[in-house]
Amino acid sequence: MFYREAGDFKTSYRADQQTFPIRLDRIMFWGFIAFAFLVVPFLINDYWEKSILVPFLVWSMAALGLNILTGYCGQVSLGTGGFMAVGAYAAYKLMTAFPDLNIVIVIVLSGGVTAMVGVLFGLPSLRIKGFYLAVATLAAQFFLIWVFNKFAWFYNYSASGQITAPERTLFGIAVTGPSAPPWATYLLCLSIVFVFAWVARNLTRGRVGRSWMAIRDMDIAAEIIGVEPLKAKLSAFAVSSFYVGIAGAMYFTLWFGAVEPTEAFGINQSFRALFMVILGGLGSIFGSFAGAAFLVLLPVLFKNIMVGQFGWPTDLATHVEIMLVGGLIIFFLIVEPHGLARLWQIAKEKLRLWPFPH
Amino acid sequence: MKLARIATVAAAALMMGAAPALAELVFPSLSYRTGPYAPNGIPFADGYADYFTLVNERDGGVEGVKINMIECETGYNTEKGVECYESTKGEGALMYQPLSTGITYQLIPKATADGIPIHSMGYGRTSAANGKVFSNVFNYPGTYWDAASIIVKHILDQEGGDLKGKKIALVYHNSAYGKEPIRTLEELAKKHGFELSLLPVDHPGQEQKSTWLQIRRDRPDYVTMWGWGVMNQVAIKEAANIRYPMDHFIGVWWSASENDVLPAGEAADGYKAITFHAVGSDFPIYDDLKKHVYDAGKAAGAGDQHGTVLYNRGMVAAMWAVEAARKAMEIHGTKELTPAMMRDGMEALDVDEARLAELGLPDFTVPVKVSCESHGGPGLGAIQQWDAKAKKWSLITGYIEADRAVVDPLIMEDSMAFAKENNIEMRCGS
Repeated sequence: MFYREAGDFKTSYRADQQTFPIRLDRIMFWGFIAFAFLVVPFLINDYWEKSILVPFLVWSMAALGLNILTGYCGQVSLGTGGFMAVGAYAAYKLMTAFPDLNIVIVIVLSGGVTAMVGVLFGLPSLRIKGFYLAVATLAAQFFLIWVFNKFAWFYNYSASGQITAPERTLFGIAVTGPSAPPWATYLLCLSIVFVFAWVARNLTRGRVGRSWMAIRDMDIAAEIIGVEPLKAKLSAFAVSSFYVGIAGAMYFTLWFGAVEPTEAFGINQSFRALFMVILGGLGSIFGSFAGAAFLVLLPVLFKNIMVGQFGWPTDLATHVEIMLVGGLIIFFLIVEPHGLARLWQIAKEKLRLWPFPH
Repeated sequence: MKLARIATVAAAALMMGAAPALAELVFPSLSYRTGPYAPNGIPFADGYADYFTLVNERDGGVEGVKINMIECETGYNTEKGVECYESTKGEGALMYQPLSTGITYQLIPKATADGIPIHSMGYGRTSAANGKVFSNVFNYPGTYWDAASIIVKHILDQEGGDLKGKKIALVYHNSAYGKEPIRTLEELAKKHGFELSLLPVDHPGQEQKSTWLQIRRDRPDYVTMWGWGVMNQVAIKEAANIRYPMDHFIGVWWSASENDVLPAGEAADGYKAITFHAVGSDFPIYDDLKKHVYDAGKAAGAGDQHGTVLYNRGMVAAMWAVEAARKAMEIHGTKELTPAMMRDGMEALDVDEARLAELGLPDFTVPVKVSCESHGGPGLGAIQQWDAKAKKWSLITGYIEADRAVVDPLIMEDSMAFAKENNIEMRCGS
């Protein structure tokens, strides 16, 4: 009744091709963004920042990156954790080598470094596909973590092998380090994710994105119609790694402030990102966010309900939480194999007809 | 019906939250009862909880103020640990014992900024022993570097005081925890002329075949281990498989529990580890525990860990926390403690042998006296050995002092580097 196209006339191609063709969608989207930028910073506290919002944003970024590679270009990657580590260590080396460098530049440059590493490990994708490529990226994961453990130069020869982010400011306000106010780190994270999600959305519906999708759907056919696999695949690896690298840099600088490679960027994290992408929806920007929300926020919610409200023993709650999240993943994949994004789309289509479907 | 019940529970929980706050001592317990580190996390968490329950039940709290222990499951995972820290911080937490070196490293800057003390008892960042730099971090009664030097001292004893040309291998958990002793061991290798080889084991530590193959090939004279959780059990089993002489295999105090040696059965006989407290339930406090906690059905967990190494360690951690709170009340003359007061109490902590005996723990652990300069405690450790037939640990040495000549300059160097990096001013009037 309220959610419909009727009366929403488009007079140009530009208007016809926009991301949110329905007016209510646009209003809701901008309302949500305004809320995130203008209201949340006044309400946020340490807990919401460090345990809920920043983790969600950082993982959204990582899922976005992996979705470009796996969802749009069809190249399965198990190296996300390793590439996040590259981003984090690049950020650390840049921060300590150039103390005056602006933190935003550091984060973007770390993405650039990761993009180069990603292209390097993307080279095998020109020859191998599917499971074999997954194994090749798995090698990247283990190799990169090994490098960051092995060579002390990467962690500036610290005794524990940990890297610690020194304090950096933006407009005179600390955004990294322990004294950074929660709203500052949150806003910086949100701005970065907002800008790059915007870029990703427009990349994927432009020429580059179409070449990726052509490769994904059938690489031989794509080659015949003039898409160069070398360019398409390597650009997908570069852009994807860029995003994942930024996620890693944010993970280290804005979220934790100190990390060690094996735990923070292990194979578990690669799987986590892959689950987010599959669960959220392959080849969907919204899906990256939905998947990240599902896997980051749900465990925290369950924990707070079971331990905080019901007062269950913590070990029982943890076990139940693992089972619940696992069960829900299976449930959603059975109900909708194309992920939460598709579920959302169906809901919206139904809503257009509601309440008179005939 | 179900919804109604959930709503009632939720309402009740909200009501409880809204009730006027009575003075209480909030000690969060960042425990791990799940995952690959649970075999070690459970006994510690049980001991920690039971001691607080005992103080509440027997004495009605610390000087009449009840202890409220909030348990939060970390799974030995830093991400969850930070979540636990942030979620319990708001409840008025007085002190944290993260029981994980990784989480400790994570919390040192945060807790210092928030003014909450951390007690990383025999783990965490070794150089936090320098109280001049680390105002809010305590790691009494000893550090990893103390442990490393005590182990080497014990080996020296075994070898008649000469280690020239000997080979010592370190099998370590490939994390901040396992890497801690490397710097000291390297220094000691230089001093005593032994050869050190480093063998990392990745989380969670179930896969150690290649590590022990390497040991079998190199035949080091001694193997030391910095392991935790499942890694300990696997290492001891693998050592037994290659028939490595167990009395030449020495673990740190976190590789020293019953749960680590029992899976290897008879083959673990003779395995050694360092410790800073006694084992067993042969102490007067256990009578009180039985009367007020176990028989009253208030024991934490499954109640099958009493008297084990890590249960006792959890208890000793809780005991120092309680004594520090008592000290803080004495100093500030109030029963409503803030984290800052708790910190002062920890810095003035003095639990000597007489006090231990009063608490029903005679000769249970080393006497601890903390000062503004030294947060690291006495740095004493004894060597215990496993008797697989009797299924018992027994102390085979007295408490040995760490090699201060090696450890102290290293602590100074590392803490000064930290101070410089973070622009920290020296405390304690120097």
